[in-house]
Amino acid sequence: MGAVFVTLLFIFIVLGVPLLILILLYNKLVRLRNRSENAWHQIDVQLQKRADLVPNLVETVKGYAAHEKGVLEEVTKARSIYSQAGSVKEKADATNMLTSALKSLFAVVENYPELKANQNFLLLQEELSGIESKIAYARQFYNDTVMNYNRTQQLFPSNIVASLFGFTLKDYFEIEEPGKREAPRVDFK
Amino acid sequence: MYEQIASNKRKSFLLLFLFIILVGVLGWIFGEITGAGNIFVFFAMAIALFLSLTTFFFGDKMVLAISRAKPVDRKENPYLANAVEGLAIAAGIPAPKTYIIEDSAPNAFATGKDPKNSSVAVTTGLLSKLNRLELEGVIAHEISHIKNYDIRYATLVVVLVGTVTLLSDWMRRSFFYRSKRTKRASGSGGALILLVAIILAILAPLIAQLLRFAISRQTEYLADANGALLTRYPEGLASALEKISKDKEPLESANKATAHLYIVNPLLEHRSKLNDLFSTHPPAEERVRKLRSM
Repeated sequence: MGAVFVTLLFIFIVLGVPLLILILLYNKLVRLRNRSENAWHQIDVQLQKRADLVPNLVETVKGYAAHEKGVLEEVTKARSIYSQAGSVKEKADATNMLTSALKSLFAVVENYPELKANQNFLLLQEELSGIESKIAYARQFYNDTVMNYNRTQQLFPSNIVASLFGFTLKDYFEIEEPGKREAPRVDFK
Repeated sequence: MYEQIASNKRKSFLLLFLFIILVGVLGWIFGEITGAGNIFVFFAMAIALFLSLTTFFFGDKMVLAISRAKPVDRKENPYLANAVEGLAIAAGIPAPKTYIIEDSAPNAFATGKDPKNSSVAVTTGLLSKLNRLELEGVIAHEISHIKNYDIRYATLVVVLVGTVTLLSDWMRRSFFYRSKRTKRASGSGGALILLVAIILAILAPLIAQLLRFAISRQTEYLADANGALLTRYPEGLASALEKISKDKEPLESANKATAHLYIVNPLLEHRSKLNDLFSTHPPAEERVRKLRSM
């Protein structure tokens, strides 16, 4: 009787403990994946907000500097590329393009004092720079969660669970000029 | 960080529990002295329970009202609104509501029940005296308090400890007044109760003070560190702390009950080294030093 009990206990430990670990690790991976997807959503919201401001900005600038066609077209083009982008990588690239297009737009605006004094333009500018810094913060949060998620997938023993259930590594949201998270802004002098 | 959250939730629960017991005991003493009887204990505890629940759900509103904080106008302070929203995103919590206190003394605090129901309040002095990087550092510190659930315990302390202090002050006064007036001769049992009453009435505020200390200095250091992690720029918060602590203007709407909420103690007399031991805040120089060595 004692021997049977010990055998059963042995089987239970041999099968049960790994199963328990498997479940825990699986749940952890799912939790981390959900967290990074939620973090990505945060970036997406801000990127969308910025893209929505662009037509308004282009219209405002056109009112004062209609012949700066090149820059304006650049911005509009970057925006349309962004709206077609799907994956994290595509969106990151489109975002970089839009950021640099906006930067050259704001540089051009320097030559138009009336435009710089326009109330609507100033509001748009503050709004854009606010969104710009929110994108930076959302990116920071997203990259942190992705790092956590990816690291868990690579470490033993969760790497076994990850490959068993087809968890894949996520892309970081990279922007150009690392360390530079300033908004495209002009100084007010 | 998760330990900090669990500890704050536990402490908050314990505080509510202690509060109800303490008010019950004060009620019992009051009943014995006035001769109203034991029924008074239940009466007092029912009121305490009601007050606890009200404080748990609306404590932040009370604190904001006491501090004369008004909701921020996005159009007037777009930068402040954006900074709060941005740092909330960085911390991965919903954006807290933002309030402004009309006062030229620079200071800030956070209050609320949990990250979903939270508020950040800053003074107009903070907005005018700090640059943007410093302001972001301060807001990041407050956002960290919210994320760690420090706000829940700190907000409960404001109202509950304030109430106990008020009650025992009031009891002590009415009690001494009564004994002077009547000099009622009572038996030895009455004398014992009287003794307990005096001890408790004196002890209650001390207990209250101890509860306030439970908001440890460690909590402030942790919020500083987490805040620096959010902005990735410890120097912003460090120089903000220097500016705030060196400012000589008093914050009108702050009092002893709410002082522990603020990022730097708003009561100027508590900033001197002498009061170090009894302060709810670690010395600013020490916080600055820690931030700069990160």
